[in-house]
Amino acid sequence: MTTSTLSRRAALGWLAALAGTPIAAAAATPPAELPGNSIYQLRPPLTDQDGRPFELGSLRGQPVLVSMFYSSCEMVCPMIFETIHQTVQALPAPDRDRVRVLMVSFDPARDSVAVLKQTAQAHRCDSRWTLARTDEASARKLAALLGVQYRRLASGEFNHSSTIELLDADGRIAARTGTLAAVDPALLKTLRQSLAARG
Amino acid sequence: MPARNAPMTWPRRALGVAALLACGLAAAGPGADYVALPGGRFESVLPQGNVPSATVPVDIAPFALRKTPVTAGEFLAFVQANPQWQRERVPAVFADKRYLIDWRSGTQLADPGASSRPVTNVSWFAAKAYCDSEGARLPTWLEWEYAAAADEARRDARADPQWRRRILSWYERPNAALLPDVGGAPNAYGVRDLHGTVWEWVDDFNALFIAGDSRTQGDPDTLKFCGAGAINIVDRDSYAVLMRIALLSSLGAADTTSNLGFRCARPLEGTPP
Repeated sequence: MTTSTLSRRAALGWLAALAGTPIAAAAATPPAELPGNSIYQLRPPLTDQDGRPFELGSLRGQPVLVSMFYSSCEMVCPMIFETIHQTVQALPAPDRDRVRVLMVSFDPARDSVAVLKQTAQAHRCDSRWTLARTDEASARKLAALLGVQYRRLASGEFNHSSTIELLDADGRIAARTGTLAAVDPALLKTLRQSLAARG
Repeated sequence: MPARNAPMTWPRRALGVAALLACGLAAAGPGADYVALPGGRFESVLPQGNVPSATVPVDIAPFALRKTPVTAGEFLAFVQANPQWQRERVPAVFADKRYLIDWRSGTQLADPGASSRPVTNVSWFAAKAYCDSEGARLPTWLEWEYAAAADEARRDARADPQWRRRILSWYERPNAALLPDVGGAPNAYGVRDLHGTVWEWVDDFNALFIAGDSRTQGDPDTLKFCGAGAINIVDRDSYAVLMRIALLSSLGAADTTSNLGFRCARPLEGTPP
């Protein structure tokens, strides 16, 4: 295993990822280049609660509320789900379907697809919601981009910060809130503006 | 003959993995000089248990650590082989505007003499990508703290006030115009430059958050955290280490600073990663 084979593999991966982007949207008008400050620059291998693999960049095109969690968390994580429900409900009815929600687990060892599915049902997550798992290293990278802090304790529980990020249609962080169990007016305002701007 | 060089007190398993590691190194080429660390029970300044105020010793698995921080010369070779990490090409989300700002260009160091100095102005993402290219990863905070607890003669010199003062004196020194070349005196494990030259990224830099004040325990503030709540520092005398934690905790993953570099770690062969 030499440095050069690893580098080449990394380069190939990068090229493949780049090549994948235009193909996805080739039928429509070619998409504008992804902004450098978009978190969709990261390409973690994600799987949703139905076991389907998907690309982070596939969320491009609408605002997305995103947060990280782990399923066995009993205290704060349910409040994150609840807060996002409240935020979506605070939108005018026609706008509620124009928002997506992405919840990524930082506990891939325990949050299997089946567990994600249960969690989605327990929190009444409809088709707007994607609960996802990825590998540990990718979860750490995504957390770093989102500014989420977490740390596994010896007990298997986690210490973690709890924030909800609003991504714009290109995956840039447009707003962030640490308010739980209530709708953050600033985040809601940005979300409304983001929807209005897209007509 | 790597086993012969290992300290006599190492457990047999560590000697075995050290030998395996040395075989691996032969194929890894120059610039990737790692040393095996035996791991074991370690008491971190960060509480590891469910009770934030009590320390629980943790078991650190044997691992290998780069003897020296990654140099600018080594990082140059990396960006030449991986142009997506050149400063003109890297997406802003992975590295801020100061990334490699001291270089003359995307593929030229500040001056030829810079090649043996530690690379700085690198983001966590860039450091991770570099370590990937070396078949390695960034060390965890615990691995770094454990390796850095040693002085030249002792594996854990932390209780020695004189040693603490030596490290603190580095922080009190004004920033030198130029960083020294890598290759300072080896510590008891054979690892160099953990103190005295640059700060270093760790893989879990964004997992070290600290409550500034123990009175916040039990406050509504702890609602921000699942599980045991925020971290309190157990050993408040370890200022030097606490400064590291404070610095790392204040950073974002795309941030770069002129005195923050990194080194890589990797599992020993035959052990889980």
